[in-house]
Amino acid sequence: MTAFTAQQLIDFTYIVAAIGFILALKWLSSPVTAMRGVLIGEIASGMAVLATLFDPQVTQYKWVIIALVVGAAIGVPLGMVKMTAVPQRTALSHAFGALSAALIGIAEYYVAAPNVPKFEMAEIGLEVIIGSLTFTGSLIAAGKLQEILRQRPIVYKGQNLVSLSILSAAIILMLILVVHPEYTYLFPVMIGVALVFGIMLVMPIGGADMPTVISLLNSYAGFSAALLGFVLNSKVLVVAGALDGASGFILSVIMCKAMNRSFTNVLFGAFGQVQASAAGVTEERTVRSASAEEAAAILAAANKVVVVPGYGMAVAQAQHKVRELFDGLTKKGIDVKFAIHPVAGRMPGHMNVLLAEADIPYDKLVDMDDINGEFPQTDVALIIGANDVTNPAARTDTASPIYGMPILDVDKARTVMVIKRSMAVGFAGIDNPLYYLDRTLMLFGDAKGFVGNLVRELSGGGGH
Amino acid sequence: MPADFISSLFVFILAAFLGFEVIKRVSPLLHTPLMSLTNALDAIVVVAAIIIAGRAETRLSTILGLIAVAASFSNMVGGFLITDRMLGMFKTGKAVKKS
Repeated sequence: MTAFTAQQLIDFTYIVAAIGFILALKWLSSPVTAMRGVLIGEIASGMAVLATLFDPQVTQYKWVIIALVVGAAIGVPLGMVKMTAVPQRTALSHAFGALSAALIGIAEYYVAAPNVPKFEMAEIGLEVIIGSLTFTGSLIAAGKLQEILRQRPIVYKGQNLVSLSILSAAIILMLILVVHPEYTYLFPVMIGVALVFGIMLVMPIGGADMPTVISLLNSYAGFSAALLGFVLNSKVLVVAGALDGASGFILSVIMCKAMNRSFTNVLFGAFGQVQASAAGVTEERTVRSASAEEAAAILAAANKVVVVPGYGMAVAQAQHKVRELFDGLTKKGIDVKFAIHPVAGRMPGHMNVLLAEADIPYDKLVDMDDINGEFPQTDVALIIGANDVTNPAARTDTASPIYGMPILDVDKARTVMVIKRSMAVGFAGIDNPLYYLDRTLMLFGDAKGFVGNLVRELSGGGGH
Repeated sequence: MPADFISSLFVFILAAFLGFEVIKRVSPLLHTPLMSLTNALDAIVVVAAIIIAGRAETRLSTILGLIAVAASFSNMVGGFLITDRMLGMFKTGKAVKKS
């Protein structure tokens, strides 16, 4: 029996790593086993990296080790960001992932150029195009989330035509390179065009669509890694890329469904365009408002309270006060749950992380589909920093830009309380008829301050 | 069409299907950690980057490879770290009272 070659041993390690990746995702299905999933993912990745360092193809180590140290030095602070900053961190890591996939493709090209076989050229070309556009697209998304760039969608006339022409140009350049591999000067042009397309792709999208965009970029980053696996004939990259791509794709579909929009609609029709028609019909209507004292009295008399948090709660840094409110109400024997809309927050699942960070038990965080049936038995629905996801117009008003979007049925609760700074319209610029219902009490004020007052009133300390 | 392509496609299709089935079951509660974890797993491209940089064929390929090593390894380290931190925050009612 012959001994294994070094290459075969490395390949076996990669197979084991691929199994580890799948188990990691499988165990992420529940918070109970999720930690184990991360651990196996870490072991699998660590093994694969170690094995690769023993690859006989690797002849120089010094710079590789330095690059690994630099990577770790960048990675650690990016792993320690605040929970509110996780969306932009995630966008940035899509950018890094896509960048490295693109750079490896580019390096492969220049090692072989101009003698690149047709099929390999098509693979490399496609891989580099997707990697490059994901890189710039993710940077723009990160910039928007970090609020370095304008959040509002940036749109102009004929935008889709311009964007599609740019994408077509990149693909045509790739096809020319397949037929005429000697035109090597076209390769950097193709990369440049793809980089520009990435910017054009994300610039017009913003605001409420960010969770969808970030999921889409996730899926592109995954597929570019998988394509790189095709180029290098590396199955472990194909597996990891396919898993990442599939995950991003599933999340994109969930986000689109949660906003009742199609992929093409998110990509080609920014929300900003529909606002104008909806803003016209604002008439003077009266709202009822209440003080913290009155609101606390109603809450204290309730049996069941459902809190509906939105990103506004996180912006106001109110989640820890909300936890105190949760504790205060629970102590009085009141059943308190949190209703989580899939697009609450700025990326899929963001709101759950923000509330978990504030030590709210995860079994109290309830998904939209599960909580909606409970609103008719709910005494008080308390809305903190959420707007469009509670707008009943989405169910009834066919003229509304958000018509058909699944919402939290808060208007079915006996009393609705809305903590809001003023009557200004929400992010999507749409008026919310919920605020004018007889059962609705508007609690005007800053989320953190008002919830703090509620906590004080409930603990009986009034502070007169 | 090279034979490598067919075998890669085979692996890709199977992995994508398996991915769909497994990821569909991930609780919406954990969608943010899911994204950061898949990001960290995807950073396995670092192995390809190490080989490109380590082969040191041309100056350009080495430099590009080294940048790719740093970029993808930062994703691996940062991705696992933040996923770990986030999951540590998810506690049940009993565990919260104890802490």
